[in-house]
Parts: sequence; structure tokens; C-alpha cells
Amino acid sequence: MTSYIALSYWDLALASVLVLIDAGLSIIFGLKIHRSLLVAAIRMAAQLTLVGLVLTALFSLVSPLWTGVAVLVMILFAGQEVMQRQDRRLSGWWSFGLGTGCMMMSSVLVTAFALLTAIRPSPWYDPRYAIPLLGMILGNCMTGIALGLNTLTTSLMLRRASVEAQLMLGATRWDAAAPVTRDALRSALMPTINSMSATGLVSLPGMMTGQILSGVPPVEAVKYQILVMFLIAGGTGFGAVAAVLGGVYRLTDARHRLRLDRLAALQAT
Amino acid sequence: MSFSLAAGECIAVKGPSGAGKTLLLRAIADLDPNQGLVSLEGRDRSTIPAPEWRRLVGYVPAEPGWWAETVGEHFGEWAAAAAVLTNLGFPEETKSWPISRLSTGERLRLALVRALIIRPKVLLLDEPTAALDAASVAAVEAVIASRIRGGLAVLWVTHDAGQARRIARRQLAVEAGRVREEVGQ
Repeated sequence: MTSYIALSYWDLALASVLVLIDAGLSIIFGLKIHRSLLVAAIRMAAQLTLVGLVLTALFSLVSPLWTGVAVLVMILFAGQEVMQRQDRRLSGWWSFGLGTGCMMMSSVLVTAFALLTAIRPSPWYDPRYAIPLLGMILGNCMTGIALGLNTLTTSLMLRRASVEAQLMLGATRWDAAAPVTRDALRSALMPTINSMSATGLVSLPGMMTGQILSGVPPVEAVKYQILVMFLIAGGTGFGAVAAVLGGVYRLTDARHRLRLDRLAALQAT
Repeated sequence: MSFSLAAGECIAVKGPSGAGKTLLLRAIADLDPNQGLVSLEGRDRSTIPAPEWRRLVGYVPAEPGWWAETVGEHFGEWAAAAAVLTNLGFPEETKSWPISRLSTGERLRLALVRALIIRPKVLLLDEPTAALDAASVAAVEAVIASRIRGGLAVLWVTHDAGQARRIARRQLAVEAGRVREEVGQ
């Protein structure tokens, strides 16, 4: 089990030469991306080192409070990311609140479900299990919700006449928005479906590969990966349904009107 | 500003582009947040759920929207629609026509029928004959006139003074967001 090969900093320094070669190529071909490439590489190394230190501290504490704080920080960052991936945001607090709230609800629920039923560490909130699991679910849930909300708002704007045509004939807001709602949910879930069907053939998932590199027998690593894929599908599904329906609720009103005035004005980019 | 519309009556609404005629109709249909009192047969609009209100007070916009691929999918009961469509010169196979191939005039007439077969008490029409040839204009006017004789109340936005005189005895003028009734023609 513990047959993993530890890396030295020299090993990393040697591998970093590859990034320097990339930067050199950028200079030779005049791509002008060597600066951002180097900044990104340095950021990556610094962020991951920091996370390594934070995780080391969290794992040695095994405190429900500090685990909770870390979870909250992760969700808030994910919420920020969802907001930034919108072409047209909801106005006011909804733009941050809706995506963040739905991600919190679904990823915490699904992570708790896995910890309490399948994995059952002791204590159940042991950050060594809770944090990586939540991270994987949250990351996919974030992509799903960002895509779902973006599809919802852009198609409501593009297909405004078709939604209002149904309202004019006496449809409720939910019926009138149903075609757009379906498109939004489909685009939210598509990446999950695609990644499930390609897994193993086209890509070896990072978590499974990591477990194999650290000495876990492949069959056991695969079991973990299948569990995680199911959790991701569940978390993304719940989160996206909640976020998209919340978006429809916000962009219509109790008199069954379409309220695109509740989208924030386009910001100059 | 206030006005009332009796059952079996048609009022023509005139005014320059951008004066707010469409906004007036949309406000009555409760499609945008609006202020003021609207009532139908003594029932305040706010006491009637919005979907029910819009089945009682139908609105046909100048650019009607479509949510499915073929004509037939936009009509609850095709049999009811077919009867009216024949009067407007559509053949039976209209049902399977793709929306993308329809001309502006066809879209306007189909949207009118779509609203009529719900049997509203009031119909709000936003230039329903704007893109039609003379024969189709006459057919549309005849279909609506027969509904008016049956008790339908109509608010009809038109740019055509001749049409306004043909269809309505009363006229509303909308100018810069204000509405007033024009007396005597």
C-alpha cells in the first residue's frame, strides 16, 4: 500500500525545464505567451505548495470547525468562478448567491452521503477524506452550474419571443420556460455524461491514477473512481436542477411575466 | 387617463411609432410590470391568476413567437384552428408546415388564429394586417368582425386611417406615452 516513490525538489526542478522549453518556443515563434506561461506555472506551484501546507495542518487537526472553514472557503471560490463564467449575470446578490447556494447544498449533501454510507472514515468528517471528495464533487458541480445558468440566461434572451408567446396564450411561467429549462439542464449535465462515457478508454481519471501511483491495486482504485463518478453525477444533477429552476424563478415573477430586466447590464470586458 | 371597452366593441388605437401603443397592449395583457387598475366584467385583474387573465384577454404581438418546429404543434386542438384557417385561405396541410418557411404575413394570420381559438373575451391586436395583401387584409377584417358580432371586444392597433374607420367607431390616440380618446371622425 505504501510503496509510493517520494519526489525530491530536484526532480521537480528537472521537470520544470519542460515549461522553460515551452517559454523558449513561445519566444522563437513570437507567440508572446512566455510571460503568462511562466506566471501561470509559478502560480500553480505556489498555490499547490500552499494547499499542501494547509492540508497537512488540517489533517493533523481533524477538527470539525477547521474542516468546515476549509469547505466554506472552497465553495465561496467556486461561487466566484461560476459568477465569472456568466455572459449575462443575474442582478444583485442573486448572481453570486444562486450558484453558490446550490453548489453548497448539493456538494455538501452528496459528500456527506458518501462519507456516511460508502467510505465511513472515523470520525466521519475526517478531512483526509472529506476535503478531496468535496473538491472533486464541487469542481464538477461548478462546471455544470456555470454552464446551466449561462445557457438559461442566454437562451431566455435569444428566445424571448417564443417564451412570451406561450405566456400570452395562458401558459404558466414554468411551462413557458420549459424548452429553455430543458436545454439549460442538458448542457449542465453533458460534461458529466461525456466524461463518464470516455473514462477508461480515452482518459484515466486523475484520482485513480494517483491512487495507482501510490501503490493501491488498480481494481481497488477503480472502485473508488466509480464511486466518485456516481457522486459527481449526483452532485452535478442536484446542483444544476436547483440552480436552473432558481434562475427561472428569478427571471419570471408571480404574475407569470418574463423579467429579463433582472439581468445585470452587460459589462464592458 | 382611463377608458372602457364594451363587449362586442372594437376600438382602433393610433399613434406614431415609439409612442407606446405596444407597451399599452403589453401592460393590459400584464406582460410587463405596470401600474393602474385593469378590470374585466367587474373583476379586478389582480384577483385573477395571470395565466387565466391572458386566456381571457388575448394578445397578438406584431412579431409573434414560435416555440416548436411545425405549425400544428402551436395549436391545442387542430380541428378548431382548421375551421378558421380555411377562412383565411390556408390549406389543410398547413399543420405540417415548418415555421421557418412561413412568410411574415402567414405568421401574423396564424398567430391571430392561435389566439382566437382560445376564445378570449378581449383581443389585443398589434397591427395584425401590417404585412398582408389587400385580399388577406379583407379576410382578416371579416374574421375578426364576425367575432366582434359574437361579443368579442377588440383593441386594434393600426397605422391605416381607412382601416381604423372600417373596423371601429371609437379611436384612441397614443402620443408620447399618453392615451386620449379622439371624438368625432
